Amino acid sequence: MTITEWLAAAKADAETRGLPELIPMLDGLAQATERLRAADWNDNPDKDTPFDSVDAVDLALGRPNEDDQ
Amino acid sequence: MKTISDVTARVAAGQISSQKLTEECLSKIAELNPKLNAFITVTGDAALAQARAADKEIAAGRRIGPLHGIPISLKDLIDQQGVRTSAGSLVRADHVATADAVVTRRLREAGAVFVGKTNLHEFAFGTTSEDSGFGPARNPHDPTRSPGGSSGGSAAAVASGMSLGTVGTDTGGSIRIPSAACGVVGLKGEWGRISASGVVPLSRQLDHVGPLAASVADAWLLYNAMQRQADQIGDALEPASLKGLRLGKLSGYFFDRLDAEVERSVLDTIERFQQRGATVTEVTVPHATDMAAIYLHLVFGDAAEYHARTLAARPEDYTTPVRLRLEMARYVLAEDYIRAVRGKAIIAREVDRALGGVDALVLPALAVPAPPLGAVTMPVKGGPDQVRTLMLRCSQPFNLSGHPAMSIPCGRTRDGLPIGLQLVGHKGRTPALVQAALAAEAAISS
Repeated sequence: MTITEWLAAAKADAETRGLPELIPMLDGLAQATERLRAADWNDNPDKDTPFDSVDAVDLALGRPNEDDQ
Repeated sequence: MKTISDVTARVAAGQISSQKLTEECLSKIAELNPKLNAFITVTGDAALAQARAADKEIAAGRRIGPLHGIPISLKDLIDQQGVRTSAGSLVRADHVATADAVVTRRLREAGAVFVGKTNLHEFAFGTTSEDSGFGPARNPHDPTRSPGGSSGGSAAAVASGMSLGTVGTDTGGSIRIPSAACGVVGLKGEWGRISASGVVPLSRQLDHVGPLAASVADAWLLYNAMQRQADQIGDALEPASLKGLRLGKLSGYFFDRLDAEVERSVLDTIERFQQRGATVTEVTVPHATDMAAIYLHLVFGDAAEYHARTLAARPEDYTTPVRLRLEMARYVLAEDYIRAVRGKAIIAREVDRALGGVDALVLPALAVPAPPLGAVTMPVKGGPDQVRTLMLRCSQPFNLSGHPAMSIPCGRTRDGLPIGLQLVGHKGRTPALVQAALAAEAAISS
């Protein structure tokens, strides 16, 4: 589910449940979710076979993997 | 502030009784609690009975240790047998604990006297202690301001002498934030070292239990007593030497959005450490800017799971702001929660790396002084920002990483509001962090 789809569904649900105060708050949560999904430790199946996520970040940052030393 | 370390020797020598100390605390509570709302429940009669029993034991030569007969308080999130644990919420207004939490039992075994249960942000789900089913807690330095949170009543109680020490919890900074805002010492140990059994959870993977106290030595006394017996070491630790102490100053994100007076005070304090022989190098946490998003998704997911059934059945018993945040939490998707779980591991690795080659990290404990009650934003370098974001900014990384961290007072603003310095230590070496904090405290006060 994309963030746009999720946000629209969440807002509609909040409205249905009689919680319109939630709607602006959900915008804030959506921004945080965008940030999370954009982080460089996320894997995709069309990328190389994943290392352990922590190790993958070390490699991306050009740092040695302590476990291999 | 009266310290446990000062009075315990006098108690041992029979120069002051536990009953007298307890009466003094109860008198302070009677005088100040109507203004500060730091306590939800005061257990005066039971405390005095405990104190009299302690005096008898001590007089008979059966003193247990430095906490014997010392009046302390518990955040009202922590079970004490026979006493209500409200969690600051009307949801639990009638919940009486059937047993002590593990930490309560350990402190009871150490002889501590319990004067009452302190106010907090409802279910610890906030950083200002203003959204409580029992009304907002207030800051002793300025009652128009928040004492911080979520352990706000606890910090206010120690800062105003209503108890000589207290126990709080810290999921994103809830020990260190109020400690900084009220000018007391707060110690969040390494995750998992102090039992959270019998403590109402917010996020079990981030929750820490720990002391707030008037001094670093007092914080250690309480912390040591709360540890597993096998981990308990000496009640008094020797301060580290500042000469040769290696400090890593966290740069970038951690100093980007600070109140000007907080920044000045923290930088001046670090410079003072250097003048006393500490070496300071700049270190970074590369994914620091992702921490708020990671934290939010973890806490929301965990809180949504814990509260789901009650929230559906009794939504009107929550304060409106906490209810809305819990409702929002229910929209977090599983895939995003899992991303946050992985992000947490990355932050832990990066904090470990920042600690490589240094004894402790140093940074502000709280980006701003105590905020006015009701404030939504506060001015900081770069323009105003949300109070909630600012309150968590410097503390939440070490809940994600699990490293031990302390807040100690390092100065005041022109308006007399306390400022807190944070020291972060290596996992498995909480005593070494406390020893560094003892040295820092001495340098600050000299």
